[in-house]
Amino acid sequence: MIGLAHYLILGAILFTISVVGIFLNRKNIIILLMSIELMLLAVNINFIAFSHYLNDIAGQIFVFFILTVAAAESAIGLAIIVLIFRNTRSINVDDLNRLNG
Amino acid sequence: MFEFKDFVFYVLSFVLIASGLSVITSRNPVTAALSLVLAFFNAAGIWLLLQAEFLAIALVLVYVGAVMVLFLFVVMMLDINFDKLREGFWDYLPMAGFIGILMTVEMVMVFKTKPFNLPPISDSISNTSNTEMIGNTLYSNYVLPFELASVILLIAIVSAIALTLRDRKDSKKANPAEQVAVKRQDRVRLVRMKSEEKYTKPKVKETR
Repeated sequence: MIGLAHYLILGAILFTISVVGIFLNRKNIIILLMSIELMLLAVNINFIAFSHYLNDIAGQIFVFFILTVAAAESAIGLAIIVLIFRNTRSINVDDLNRLNG
Repeated sequence: MFEFKDFVFYVLSFVLIASGLSVITSRNPVTAALSLVLAFFNAAGIWLLLQAEFLAIALVLVYVGAVMVLFLFVVMMLDINFDKLREGFWDYLPMAGFIGILMTVEMVMVFKTKPFNLPPISDSISNTSNTEMIGNTLYSNYVLPFELASVILLIAIVSAIALTLRDRKDSKKANPAEQVAVKRQDRVRLVRMKSEEKYTKPKVKETR
């Protein structure tokens, strides 16, 4: 039978995949944003699994808010990417040294 | 006992993990975005298995329908040499793979402990629907966070427009506020000057 641990392990594997994706695609901002979306999805799977197995609807409410914030985040992130591309003609992270940090 | 539900779970999670790997390893960002669509779709299927119907449909509508289309728009709009962005991919792979495997093994070890070993609950069909339960809770206990979420969405709209809006140099639009606020002395200047002397035609010398 599929228990809570199966869903949690699935969420863990998905989260790890997105962390590795952030390591590997360090230069490409678009793939970085996609990895963050995948990470939030893994967290949401955990929330819904707990909500189901503990029989508490609050977990699904949290997922609702996470979806809202993630949508806002990706919209603003893509707007910033367009702005960066318009100014530097590149989305390479190495080219973003305007602040000399 | 191996139920059909277990089979569905394994298929959905296998495709979910495979598409997640495709997102982070694909050479072309368009492929990555389409793989992410597949990942979201399979996650929605898993949420349906967990009887979270409302959120599963919301995930498909909001993510597959809106956010990923936005991603695809941006990816296709930008004209970028993507091979240059993959520099260092193989250099970081050993370390990233090591850290990833380590994280997964650690988390699996934690999840195998007693507190996470909850028994599967029976598939009893409740009288209230999932959407009704979410609505009842959301509009009673969580009404302030709900309104804050709407403010966050408003901020996202305003900032996305404000960030990408630009004034074109060759735009010929009129500014009505300036036109209304103009004063008489900005446009008309009265000048006092002496009247000119009477114009006399210069004499042309007779050359004959």
